[in-house]
Amino acid sequence: MMGKLTWDAIPFDQPIPFVVSIVVVLGVVAILAFTFFKGWWPYLWREWITSVDHKRIGIMYALLAFVMLLRGFSDAIMMRSQQALAAGDAQGYLPPDHYNQIFSAHGTIMIFFVAMPFVIGLMNFVVPLQLGVRDVAFPVLNSVSFWLTCSGALLINLSLFIGVFARTGWLVYPPLSELAFSPDVGVDYYLWALQISGAGTLMTGINFTTTILKLRAPGMGYGRMPIFCWTALSSNLLIVAAFPILTATLAMLLLDRYLGFHFFTNDGGGNAMMYINLIWAWGHPEVYILVLPAFGIYSEVIATFSGKPLFGYRSMIVATLGICVLSFMVWLHHFFTMGAGADVNAFFGVMTMVIAVPTGVKVFNWLFTLYGGRVRFTTPLLWSLGFICTFVIGGMTGVLLAIPPADFVLHNSLFLVAHFHNVIIGGVLFGAFAGYTYWFPKAFGFTLDERWGKAAFWCWLIGFYLAFMPLYVLGLMGATRRMQHYSDVGWQPLMLVAMVGALFILAGIGCLALQLWVSIRGRAFRRDLTGDPWNGRTLEWSTASPPPPWNFAALPQVEGTDAYWGMKLIARQERARAAGEPSRWQAIHMPKNSAVGVVMAFFTTFGGFALIWHIWWLAIVGAIGVIITALTQAWRVETEVEIPAEQIAAFERSRPQGAIRGEIA
Amino acid sequence: MHLDWPWRAGVLDPQGPIGAAERTILLNATSIMLAVIIPVIVLTIAFAWWFRAGNRRATYLPDWSYSGPIELVVWSIPALVVMFLGGIAWIGSHDLDPPRALQSKTKTLEVQVVALDWKWLFIYPEQGIASVNRLVVPVGTPLHFTITSASVMNSFFVPQLGSQIYAMAGMATQLHLQADKPGIYPGLSAQFSGDGFSDMRFNVEALSDSGFDQWVGTTRAAGNALDLAGYQNLTKPSVADKPATFGAIPPKLFEAAMTHAVK
Repeated sequence: MMGKLTWDAIPFDQPIPFVVSIVVVLGVVAILAFTFFKGWWPYLWREWITSVDHKRIGIMYALLAFVMLLRGFSDAIMMRSQQALAAGDAQGYLPPDHYNQIFSAHGTIMIFFVAMPFVIGLMNFVVPLQLGVRDVAFPVLNSVSFWLTCSGALLINLSLFIGVFARTGWLVYPPLSELAFSPDVGVDYYLWALQISGAGTLMTGINFTTTILKLRAPGMGYGRMPIFCWTALSSNLLIVAAFPILTATLAMLLLDRYLGFHFFTNDGGGNAMMYINLIWAWGHPEVYILVLPAFGIYSEVIATFSGKPLFGYRSMIVATLGICVLSFMVWLHHFFTMGAGADVNAFFGVMTMVIAVPTGVKVFNWLFTLYGGRVRFTTPLLWSLGFICTFVIGGMTGVLLAIPPADFVLHNSLFLVAHFHNVIIGGVLFGAFAGYTYWFPKAFGFTLDERWGKAAFWCWLIGFYLAFMPLYVLGLMGATRRMQHYSDVGWQPLMLVAMVGALFILAGIGCLALQLWVSIRGRAFRRDLTGDPWNGRTLEWSTASPPPPWNFAALPQVEGTDAYWGMKLIARQERARAAGEPSRWQAIHMPKNSAVGVVMAFFTTFGGFALIWHIWWLAIVGAIGVIITALTQAWRVETEVEIPAEQIAAFERSRPQGAIRGEIA
Repeated sequence: MHLDWPWRAGVLDPQGPIGAAERTILLNATSIMLAVIIPVIVLTIAFAWWFRAGNRRATYLPDWSYSGPIELVVWSIPALVVMFLGGIAWIGSHDLDPPRALQSKTKTLEVQVVALDWKWLFIYPEQGIASVNRLVVPVGTPLHFTITSASVMNSFFVPQLGSQIYAMAGMATQLHLQADKPGIYPGLSAQFSGDGFSDMRFNVEALSDSGFDQWVGTTRAAGNALDLAGYQNLTKPSVADKPATFGAIPPKLFEAAMTHAVK
């Protein structure tokens, strides 16, 4: 009846996961109870959970990313403290069985449930606004994508309370991840969580590719699209091309584990090398799926706060698309040490370096965007400057690792760990924080506190250098990754420095939380009524903050790059015509809310859980539920609501005088 | 005061020709790239600071967003650096390809390596002996390692001697190394392989020729023959095994381990 699930799956005998489980469960129950007694459930259901509004979905993605960041960071601090303690004969406080789960969960959560939702959330919120349109191409599908991502995140975190997580590293290399060596449910949690959330991500890719290619404001040709939309397009093209590889690869491993296939096993003609090739054929593009939108954010932020257009806009587009294509030709650099031979290694090494060319061009173009600007040192700009200075170091170590003979001594070392944190924290996460601070006033109508924002930036920056520069050195000293303990006490001082760095990052996270708290409390004084707090250049700043559900009362007419900047220039000359006339507004059709996403995620969560624990009847219920939910959507007749012209006119009248409307240009 | 340099025992303190060549590449490539990235970091801070909003002496160029010559330069700098480094990578990949034999007048010593859960078995087919978690080699002699795994994937790595290479079940990878100076060099698995991974360490003892011959002699004399039953015992998972030696081995042990013929 309950498959492999028994009471033994609950970690009663392990104090750390058990206490954490209890605290988390109590926390979730407390939040649910609080919102229930406040009477917020109907509101949350109506306005958020079933919302198909790209802005709200974007905000929920970012919220998921922040919550998962806390989980992923808890893992990080446990890893750093374990390695700070376990030198010489000491074994630290985490036995291998537990430590191995922690580093596997840390990687999985940080990539799939922090970096991905953060980047996708920002794209969700910003792309339709920048394109000057009212929603994405497939709004209900967008909601489904989000809830499937949540379903995956939930399953991963369930492994903390029920059963175990994978102890194989975040990419579950076979043969270690095969049934012969990992017979418990850990790898199954990983596989089903990623299959479910991966399906969601693929749908996001399809949705945004379609949106950017097919829905743009009148006049917005490709040559006028904001650079963030270009990077989002590249990122989503990569999702569409790469995520099916991930799904297929994980499906093969599932077949090995569930039905006794031999794709990657040691016996029966299996070949683990095939898995490693396939997973990186997804894995390397994944890096660019994350970092390209971050590059877009830096481009927007640096241009806005320099008061200048982005330098070399066309060059930036070429560089972005160049990276997009090249990212599929470098995957082998993740395993030069497999022994593929000199020609193959050299080819992939050189291809990897070639990516450094467009990336270098981007850095130089940001540099010349600053040149001749009027640079305002706001928090988003600080994140961007911190990024440039940090990322070039990560780029340098990346090119070093791309030289096969250098990789032969650096592969899998803490040098490698330092490198990818250098590019993911310094590149993706700094970008996400820059974007979060930059677009927050657009989303909520008030700005974030600058002092706490800057404190957060400095804590993160200093914390990053303290935590990861020692790892570069340790890697050169011969320290490999994923050590639960090590015999050389000479490594311990640097491990302690890295631990201090992690504490600085903890302080940085604390500052971000305080920033949010202080800003919400003081929101009455921080209100931005203009909709354009930064003197922005692109269309999202032309509408109200927060934007109405329909984004734009009338679709803007785009006359060039930096469309809103152009409008403002014209508007200054034609100030008199700035107020729109109510009679010009027309009724707008918006997509109707839909519970399809959340209901489907409900079934995938139970279905996934059932598959993990071999509860076959529940798996069938889950599968049928998913199909019926999808069919319900297909048979829905009324999918739109009409927003009357009077409501739009009333909203526009409520905006302060002098706000420059997009339609006047 | 004796200053203990942090890279002792690491890849910046190589003890053989492969490691030394790799360190040279590492340092050269780093210097070339630093020549670009240090100016970039300095310019970023300098531009941002000079063009700060409050600086009245800085010229504001609100529309300046394109310059052909600058574009040419910014594409050329990284392109030239990459062409140069690409050359290093191409030549280095071929010169230091792990299966490539070292040029030497001395006869190469064959060592077969089997990764087990969680220990290393070293087989000396020419000497007819074997050891666990202890690799004894003669100084100045090219070493040819043939590497496999009887379990999950591992990576055979002695940081001070140079290149690592994966140990994978069902196949043999090749690696050529050499130790130039007598000494003890730590070795490890660089590919996570499960619960006992952290203890999958061994010491390389580089001895003089006569010292090595003596060690072979002592090992043979000490007996402790490894038979198939003994090997099967070794394949059982165990953590932090003490180094051991075997004075005799069954024929074709490595091939049997590689093809999983011994169960």
